[in-house]
Amino acid sequence: MLLDDFRSAAASLRTDGPGQIAAASSLDAWTEVRNALVGRTSGRLSDLMTALGTLPKEDRREAGQLANAVKQELEALLDARHTELSRGQQQGPAIDGTMPARATWQGSVHPVSLVIDEVVEIFRELGFTIALGPEAEHAWYNFGALNFPADHPAMDLHDTLYLNDDLVLRTHTSPVQVRTLQQYAPPIRILAPGNVYRRDFFDPSHAPMFSQIEGLVVDEGITFADLKATLTRFANRFFGETKTRFRPSYFPFTEPSAEMDVLCGVCKGSGCPVCKQSGWVEILGSGMVHPTVLENAGIDSEKYTGWAFGLGPARTAISRHAIPDIRILYDSDVRFLEQFAR
Amino acid sequence: MNVSHEWLQAFVPHALSAEQVRDLLTAHVATVEGFERLRADLAPFVVARVVESEKVPDTKLSFNKVDDGSGTLLEVVCGAPNVTVGAMYPFARSGTLMPAGFKIEKKKIRGFTSNGMLCSANELGLGEDQAGILELTTDAAPGTPLLTVLPLGDVRMVVDVLPNRPDLLSHLGVAREVSALTGVAMRSPLDALLPADAEGAVAGRGVALGAEARDARQASSGGATVRLEDAEGCPLYLGAVIRGIAVGPSPAWLRERVEAAGVRSISNVVDVTNYVLHGLGQPMHAFDLARLAEQTVVVRRARAGEKMVTLDGVERTLTTEMTMIADASQSIAVAGVMGGRDSEVTDATTDVLLEVAYFNPRRTRLTRRALGLSTDASYRFERGIDPQGGETALRVAVALLVAVAGGRVDGGMIAVGAAPSALPPVTLRPARVEAVLGAEVSGSEITGYLSGIGFGVAGARVGEGEGEGFGVAGAGVGEGELVVTPPSWRRDVTHEVDLIEDVARLHGYDRLPDTIEAYRPTTVPDHPLYLAGRRVRDALVATGLAEVRPIPFVKGDDASHWRVTNPLAEDEPHLRTSVLQSLVPRAEYNLTRMQGDVRIFEVGSVFLGKSSGTVDEVVRVGVLIMGARAPRHFSDTASSTAIDAWDAKALAERVARAAYPGASIEIGVAEEPALWQVLVNGQIIGSVCRLTLDAPVWASGAFGIECTIGAMPLAPVAEPGTSAHAGARPAVASAAPPVRYQAIPTTPAAEFDLALLVPDGIPAGDVERVLRTSGGEMLERLSLFDEFRGAGVPDGMRSLAWRLTFRHPERTLRDKEIDGRRSQLLKSLENQLGVKPRSA
Ligand SMILES: [Zn+2]
Repeated sequence: MLLDDFRSAAASLRTDGPGQIAAASSLDAWTEVRNALVGRTSGRLSDLMTALGTLPKEDRREAGQLANAVKQELEALLDARHTELSRGQQQGPAIDGTMPARATWQGSVHPVSLVIDEVVEIFRELGFTIALGPEAEHAWYNFGALNFPADHPAMDLHDTLYLNDDLVLRTHTSPVQVRTLQQYAPPIRILAPGNVYRRDFFDPSHAPMFSQIEGLVVDEGITFADLKATLTRFANRFFGETKTRFRPSYFPFTEPSAEMDVLCGVCKGSGCPVCKQSGWVEILGSGMVHPTVLENAGIDSEKYTGWAFGLGPARTAISRHAIPDIRILYDSDVRFLEQFAR
Repeated sequence: MNVSHEWLQAFVPHALSAEQVRDLLTAHVATVEGFERLRADLAPFVVARVVESEKVPDTKLSFNKVDDGSGTLLEVVCGAPNVTVGAMYPFARSGTLMPAGFKIEKKKIRGFTSNGMLCSANELGLGEDQAGILELTTDAAPGTPLLTVLPLGDVRMVVDVLPNRPDLLSHLGVAREVSALTGVAMRSPLDALLPADAEGAVAGRGVALGAEARDARQASSGGATVRLEDAEGCPLYLGAVIRGIAVGPSPAWLRERVEAAGVRSISNVVDVTNYVLHGLGQPMHAFDLARLAEQTVVVRRARAGEKMVTLDGVERTLTTEMTMIADASQSIAVAGVMGGRDSEVTDATTDVLLEVAYFNPRRTRLTRRALGLSTDASYRFERGIDPQGGETALRVAVALLVAVAGGRVDGGMIAVGAAPSALPPVTLRPARVEAVLGAEVSGSEITGYLSGIGFGVAGARVGEGEGEGFGVAGAGVGEGELVVTPPSWRRDVTHEVDLIEDVARLHGYDRLPDTIEAYRPTTVPDHPLYLAGRRVRDALVATGLAEVRPIPFVKGDDASHWRVTNPLAEDEPHLRTSVLQSLVPRAEYNLTRMQGDVRIFEVGSVFLGKSSGTVDEVVRVGVLIMGARAPRHFSDTASSTAIDAWDAKALAERVARAAYPGASIEIGVAEEPALWQVLVNGQIIGSVCRLTLDAPVWASGAFGIECTIGAMPLAPVAEPGTSAHAGARPAVASAAPPVRYQAIPTTPAAEFDLALLVPDGIPAGDVERVLRTSGGEMLERLSLFDEFRGAGVPDGMRSLAWRLTFRHPERTLRDKEIDGRRSQLLKSLENQLGVKPRSA
């Protein structure tokens, strides 16, 4: 080949190339064009390079510079076109991005369990572990061990469902206190969530079965001050910055007994219909474990003291989610359950 | 317990507002859960200032401009002569309902518009004074509620008295606490209950009972006789005869008092008995003496099959466990519960026998429960009244009766039986108070608190020169210890800790410290069923299922289900034996609400063992799935994507893996009606089944999974009063072995497909087993990807196609090796199962 032929071949590549590059309307077409123009083995530029070797030695320098210039021009154009095409691909008219994503079903945890989980997490920070006990329970664990006097009005607070003379559906989670105390030596710090039963008919605020969370601490040197401190800390973690109030109360298995209130979340203490103008909302019952309960579990009540509490997560769930009727928690309408999807 | 603020002040003349009393009681005694102003009808009234006033000529009327705090002066016409510019008056805006029952309307009077009413005391129901409108002496701004300026009317507080404190079921009892907390001394019951200025007060106070007639079994006075035959049911019976009374309406002061306690005023005689009940906590009864056969009261057990008509007109069948008040011929009252119709005081009654008794709490409770009849009296007797309070109550009642109904006492007090003996003293160690409360309360403070509410406190000298001696140490009393004698009305106090509670509440719970202290770690491990339940729950929620918490009562049958002896609903008296029993009705509930995509589960207890006679409580997970496998997407090509049995099978495996990490899980073919059984380490722990629901035609098929997570044993941990600490180690959850690293393959895999003609009756699982055993170590994966019946496949057969993946850990497999393996597999299949390749 002569230098002139080389020149005209380069010129024609220079003329055709940009048009072909511009005409590539897709990334696939672009790849074809690139291979045709500057492909390493079969492109027109590679043909030119092969031809370079056949030129007279004195012409090779000029021809080489010429081929290089053509190569650079074409590659610049190819890069630019590739960028355009790639962008076009991303925005492309083929997909309407406003159309919905492919969804999967979202599972959900029951709102009462959500409260239980949250309470458990907070008490875990304070060294509590989780204990469980049976729902069908011996009357002794449910009442006798917990210092309930037989044939006493205290029993009226627990309208009980019986399986037989000895077995009841536990009316509270407190039997787990006694079972735990019998099984493990102090120090004890446990939380016992579970279902409990009362002979209450369903109505907007009552159910024959509901959940309860029991807490128990027993060790040497445990005091009412520990009870106040721990439960106040819990209240501030659970409800956000709040205040607690402790009122005298009565449970056969604790003494002194106390109800704990927190500031009403609606009026922050100034009084409103939600808190019946008192400024406070009752959260849990608590008290120092009665020495008789410790002795009933074979624990030396002179050496060890303790405190316990019980709270109802359903009530908290109902108030925090503004659920108007407790029965909704039991109906299991999937449209209700979906509201707690995560 | 309804407590009247004014009535309380009659016992303790304190200067606290009703709100202060409420807060004091709630903080130190018992929660005040109701707070009702008895003149709540005055709540809409405000105070208003007359800014301008001008007489309307030729009338008594004045035309006024009134500032009611609203920002605009209101025009008000007034007919009273005493309107003074600048003065403050009670004001009813238009729309206000007046105590007399009419509404103030905006109206035109002689060309003037009147926008409300300035009120007189009479118009507010505050007295008879009709001279003019009520001028108020107050600095309050116009618009302030009238009740803020003038605390008018009584307040009724509802005190939540808990079963340990029956002494608080009277104004006297609540007053004792208020007296101790405020330091204001109590007035005597008679002074508190009979106002000195009441008509008849002098006569009442002047009453003197004659000589007392006291005996263990029988006594008579004033022409009446009391005979005690059931001393267990009625340890003490007191009575007095009053003759010549006039039954009629109560005077206004007595009516207001009983109504403030929430009791309807009936007649002077009945009101006195109710007044004493709510005032002193002593239930009492008035019998028409003339209607008692032989003027005799016999306290005895009811006779078997005996019947009586109570005051409410109901005929009651009695049992021999019940204590009756009878006359010489028949029962006239159920002791401590309700009187009888035939001895009731009537308008014609002139002579009464007043009964004040102490009835056995337990027996009263049993009677009350047997009759299903609870009264103010039974409520107090079953909780225990003050056994020493009867005499005072009787004397006060006699004085009140004479004051409001006239008459004269005949004879003296009849007293038969004896009050239960006093409770023994309780030793209280101040060091123990500190150990329980976490704060030091000094011996003198303790003494102050307890003696303030009627306890006798004696104790050892703390030390020479400390000046804290409380008396002489009794035998066996340690240094610093206190010997505390409960008052007769505090029969709940039997343990040291009972006293500590009284000290704590009187000291004030809010005064005790609340700093968090260091603690020692618990010895109790997390319950394995809690952990397993959480894992299962998390796995199912992640798969798109919703947790539910239904109740476990089912229809069931007595043969296999535990029955609740007193069920809430006769159609669901049994406890479930499967979680699915609870889930199926929940799915049906959703179907009736047109919700066909139901994916729900519960981790909960089932109650087995009915046939063995011992409750065998087991924690299970139940899963119910039906409806679309995934939410429909517009790009989906397949039209039907309903959940099928294969989804249920996958979920069962997922549940088992979550519940039993690290165990060997197998989902094996089960006998009808189940589809599969779930095996963990070779043991059946659950099953998968197709569910039959009461479902509409559009609903898709439902599947159920139920797996046992673990047992919740009922057996006692140890005998009562003992522990099982030594040697008792909890069943530790078998921790899953850690995952062992397997080298990531670096050599290429070789794959081929096998399409086989499998005769019906040969399960795919059998084919897979042969493929695995004959496939050798290099068979890495085996995946069934097609099932086909039809053209090209003989009847009685199906075509099943597997893709097999082979890999050698160190080198590339040669084609020859793969072909050899393929032939070998086909040979094994033919030999062992008679299965041939489809293409051949
Ligand atoms: Zn509030």
